[in-house]
Amino acid sequence: MNTDALKDLLYRLADDQLILGHRNSEWNGLGPILEEDIAFSSMAQDKLGHSLQLYTLLHQLGEAEPDTVAFTRNAPQFHCAQLVELPIGEYDFSLIRHFLYDHAEILRFEALSHSSYEPLAQVARKLKGELKYHTLHANTWIKQLGSSTEEAIERLQNSLNYTLPYALGLFEKTAAEDDVISEGIFVGEDEIRARWQENITKLLSQTALNLPDLTTLTPVYGGRFGEHTEYLQPLLDEMAEVFRVDPTAEW
Amino acid sequence: MDKATILTWLEAVKDPEIPVLSLVDLGVIRDVVIDESGRVTVKMTPTFSGCPAMDYMQRDVVQTLQAHGIANVTTEMSFEEPWDTNMVSEKGREALKNFGLAPPPTYEGILDLDILEYAQCPFCNSQNTELRTPFGATLCRSMHYCNDCRQLFEQFKPV
Repeated sequence: MNTDALKDLLYRLADDQLILGHRNSEWNGLGPILEEDIAFSSMAQDKLGHSLQLYTLLHQLGEAEPDTVAFTRNAPQFHCAQLVELPIGEYDFSLIRHFLYDHAEILRFEALSHSSYEPLAQVARKLKGELKYHTLHANTWIKQLGSSTEEAIERLQNSLNYTLPYALGLFEKTAAEDDVISEGIFVGEDEIRARWQENITKLLSQTALNLPDLTTLTPVYGGRFGEHTEYLQPLLDEMAEVFRVDPTAEW
Repeated sequence: MDKATILTWLEAVKDPEIPVLSLVDLGVIRDVVIDESGRVTVKMTPTFSGCPAMDYMQRDVVQTLQAHGIANVTTEMSFEEPWDTNMVSEKGREALKNFGLAPPPTYEGILDLDILEYAQCPFCNSQNTELRTPFGATLCRSMHYCNDCRQLFEQFKPV
């Protein structure tokens, strides 16, 4: 098995979950209603748990301890898509990001549950069950708000238009792509993107929102290769603040 | 000392977030292995991968068995046999209901989340309830409202 390709895939998966998990946690105490405060906080906790399981797989492949990997790297060493590092903005943006991201994520882990790398398949089988609640949550709100008032529809449509190029960046390929496919580790980005497009199209068609023609959009790439927005490093500095002061601290 | 005795002792270890439910009834203790030297390994599987109670559960298992005189005891977490809510025992379901938490509905094959809409009120047993949010005070709970006794209640959500 090509271990480098496997590690590349695991870093992309884990970093996406960690960074979006952190962003989701920023809604703690700020949600527009109590239930949303709790929902984003719960999804944050799930996603941090998912990243821990994936960093643990990396550790078993010879990488550093999960906490070290999570808290001591700087932005250029992160493999997350730029989508997940963007600030939480207004609720309409966070909801659209959550919808676009989690629909891709659940497909990834459904596919990975058949991975030829059994430890990853085991983790994926666990995670995909938890992710069902994330897509259920996103779908419920997109359907309700996406068919409600003029303001809600306009806000969501603007956020959708703004976020889609970043969401397409989730499917950026790396040098590992051919190897993970040929070795049966993962079905590959094109496959996931096609299924994702089908699923979000189906859901959005039940709302007043319009999905632009995705072929006319330019995906925001670079994240998988360590190119990030100005927002990632401050997030990492904040997330790692305690660890960097005292790596043995428990909190 | 045999496996059955150890499982009886482990009945005393409760889920820290649901103190009426033992880890055995919750289904997170998958096996107990005793080797020739008397070393005990308790095989466990996490409920939710981000559940902060898992560390406490492992510590409580070790402390409980040590209190029964087993010096050499370790826990092993694994995803080999992933936990789902069908693993909660009948006794566990009864304990949840008495605690005021609707037990997770059992399901066959792949979980269809439509079943979340049909929680039974643990207080008045009404089926006339609605899902308020799939997230709650802990990762394993969803929130529902009973249209008959007009109370908000929580369900141990099916996964």
